Amino acid sequence: MDLSLRHITHRYDEVEVLRDINLDIEQGQIVCIIGPSGCGKSTLLRMIGGLERPASGEVLQLGEPPADCLNPLTYIFQDFALLPWRTVEGNISLVLENHPLDAAAREEIIADVLARTKLSDFRKAYPRQLSGGMKQRVAIARALSVRPAVLLMDEPLSALDSQTRELLMDDLVDLWEKENYTAAYVTHNLAEAVRLGHKIVVLSRRPGEIRDIVEIDMPLSARTTENAELEAIQKRLWNLMRDEARAADMELLDE
Amino acid sequence: MSDETVGNQITGKPVPYRGGGFLPKSRKIVAPIVFILIIAFWEWGCRTGFISPLILPAPSEAFDAFMNLVNSGLLWQHLAASLQRLLIGWFSGTMLGIIVGTLIGLFSIARSGLQPLVSAIFPIPKIALLPLFIIWFGIGEGSKVATILFGTFFPTVIATYGGIDNVDRGLIRMGQSFGLTRMSIIRKIILPGALPAILSGARISAAIAIILLVAAEMIAAEYGIGAYILIAGSLMATDQLITGVAILSCIGLIFAWIIGKAEKYFLKWRA
Ligand SMILES: Nc1ncnc2c1ncn2[C@@H]1O[C@H](COP(=O)(O)OP(=O)(O)O)[C@@H](O)[C@H]1O
Ligand SMILES: [Mg+2]
Repeated sequence: MDLSLRHITHRYDEVEVLRDINLDIEQGQIVCIIGPSGCGKSTLLRMIGGLERPASGEVLQLGEPPADCLNPLTYIFQDFALLPWRTVEGNISLVLENHPLDAAAREEIIADVLARTKLSDFRKAYPRQLSGGMKQRVAIARALSVRPAVLLMDEPLSALDSQTRELLMDDLVDLWEKENYTAAYVTHNLAEAVRLGHKIVVLSRRPGEIRDIVEIDMPLSARTTENAELEAIQKRLWNLMRDEARAADMELLDE
Repeated sequence: MSDETVGNQITGKPVPYRGGGFLPKSRKIVAPIVFILIIAFWEWGCRTGFISPLILPAPSEAFDAFMNLVNSGLLWQHLAASLQRLLIGWFSGTMLGIIVGTLIGLFSIARSGLQPLVSAIFPIPKIALLPLFIIWFGIGEGSKVATILFGTFFPTVIATYGGIDNVDRGLIRMGQSFGLTRMSIIRKIILPGALPAILSGARISAAIAIILLVAAEMIAAEYGIGAYILIAGSLMATDQLITGVAILSCIGLIFAWIIGKAEKYFLKWRA
């Protein structure tokens, strides 16, 4: 299943946030969306997943999601969004309870995603007992449990310290190697974008417009740190963004 | 920086400590000791004549009055009458309050229609309405239960919709993004999220219920702790009056203890 964004424009009251965004997210691809803060990245991602309606334009779903898919467009949030009153397994079973699965099938899915995210020992733990990195792994396990066609990630690593970020980045790369998931990945971190993106979309400051789309052909497994080619791309992205970021930083938040 | 140098070595002085404090802890044994000391002082004051028996009866006299009450079998009749009113009134007031509070928390129509009404009626002392309730519900149990119900309803409504308003919107978005039904979002995300606020509302409404119980029983009740206190007061039987007040205090403490247990059980995820 592919997604296609056609002429997305959005405004909050008088403030224009997004202007004429056209973008294709193809199956098996990770599309990274970068841009200065406040440019509308989160808004765009909410539109892709149907949590918000654009003022004009549309998000089209091309083709059908796989038959076993329970929730085609699935988010991973920056602040994890785990229910504090449910354990790890309870948080995962929450998103399965609405589907016609019997207890055994549900249990099988939970055990499987916990194993895949190396969380099996923490099934009965409450979120408050977990570190930030573990909480985000629970959120990833929850997302995987509904067998999404497209993962929508809004700065999933931004709330974590840099070591944890590295580890989880490796997990996301490994996972992609195994499952070739499709994803839209919003970040303001250029290194993350270059590490994970097959396609990097650079947005301008508000109103967000597409400045450039950079494609990286190098396979994810070959993208080690200290890679000259990637560094060149990262530098190029930074040059594209620097003036925008500086200007965005000087803007008053309310006008 | 230091100017006191001994040879080549700079003698340091420790940085003065200025943190800590402002974290009162409750130590278990202190409370009973304070309690016993006060009662002992009171008893001593009465025995030595330092406290006149006309002003305050000795604790031992109040205890005698209590034993009389137990032995005559009247204690259970008073207690049963009061507890029945209290439980029915408080329980139905709380339940209705949770329902209406949830409606206000979830639906725009309920919010615009009921919230101003609740804000207008909440500050009225319900005791002032007691005569009206007597006309409406009769001088028997009806008006007494209605007073308690009414008094506990409003704080519960406000606690409930306040709790719902404070549920993290991010969690609700999460529920929607996973395709949860509206009912599931209410049942599994919104209500558990509002539960801490609802339980602290229950704590407040329990105290209000006891205040209103006594007020309602002071008007035309044959049995009930409030009636007992009223009769004791009109006979200047201060020993019985103290007994009645002590019983009320115990009822309040037991209520608070039960709600504390419920909080521990339902909110164990909060650590
Ligand atoms: N619900 C909303 N109502 C009004 N303004 C909003 C709302 N959500 C976002 N905005 C504004 O839209 C702009 C883009 O926000 P956002 O998409 O969160 O940016 P980003 O994620 O790129 O930092 C910001 O200026 C923000 O203040
Ligand atoms: Mg954002």
